[in-house]
Amino acid sequence: MKISVNNKEVETAAVSLSKLIEELSLPLQGVAVAVENRLVPRAAWATYALSEGMKIVIVRAACGG
Amino acid sequence: MEKLVIAGREFASRLFLGTGKFDSNDLMARSIEASGTEMVTVAMKRIELENREDDMLKHIMRPEIQLLPNTSGVRNAEEAVFAAQMAREAFGTNWLKLEIHPDPRYLLPDSTETLKATEQLVKMGFIVLPYCQADPTLCRHLEEAGAATVMPLGAPIGTNKGLQTRDFLRIIIEQAGVPVVVDAGIGAPSHAAEAMEMGASACLVNTAIAVAGDPVAMAAAFRQAVEAGRMAYEAGLGIRTDSFVAEASSPLTAFLDD
Repeated sequence: MKISVNNKEVETAAVSLSKLIEELSLPLQGVAVAVENRLVPRAAWATYALSEGMKIVIVRAACGG
Repeated sequence: MEKLVIAGREFASRLFLGTGKFDSNDLMARSIEASGTEMVTVAMKRIELENREDDMLKHIMRPEIQLLPNTSGVRNAEEAVFAAQMAREAFGTNWLKLEIHPDPRYLLPDSTETLKATEQLVKMGFIVLPYCQADPTLCRHLEEAGAATVMPLGAPIGTNKGLQTRDFLRIIIEQAGVPVVVDAGIGAPSHAAEAMEMGASACLVNTAIAVAGDPVAMAAAFRQAVEAGRMAYEAGLGIRTDSFVAEASSPLTAFLDD
């Protein structure tokens, strides 16, 4: 299915957020995930089902003052 | 030197460091070490799927260092609350540098939204350190809303212009019941020393160190300046800086009954 990750279209076979993180080879620490602009806590990733067209934002640490 | 305490946590260093603008993560890490800081700010950004960079966090994570995620990039209180939740999740800390500056030209904080966000975030269990205007009345309101510190600016972010707001900083320091951290505008160790001599609790420095010819040496210089300024404040300065109070130019008789 197609989903949007940080405004980019991504084709994925993942069925849950945790599978998606795995598929994208993202680190498990130091990142946060929001779906439709709502935070999804880490503990809920495994059971959070993906659906067609879902808008996902993934952020990580960056340098800043 | 008296230890700084914020929200129950003790800090041996009164110098806070920002991590922006360094040429490399290695230079940043060495500057952090040379500064002796125990509080380091970090920002957040969206992951670029096609462009994986070095993880900056591993360069700053040390047991003695408190991470202070910021909300840079948000334009109002609602976005700040969202960014704060993302930061808490990503970094595993309740500590937050709240910064809301919708205007990209001067990066000046929006006082109304900052106060609103502080009220909400404190209720959500965050330890809120708001970057704010050097406005004594606003700082009182932020303190009443539960801010752990107030962080008034010396001059606009990244300008290195020093304590342009010094008279207002002095009033804020006199009135504050929470630590006052001078944030933004500090461009030289002498500026930091001046803030500390005035009784500021700490200084947050980024640009002045990151863009210095030798950032590591500059970090060490700031460390000494902050320590010297604090020691001088605690020792009691022989030269008193001018003290002033406002003098009314309009009658102060109440026109409404109490």
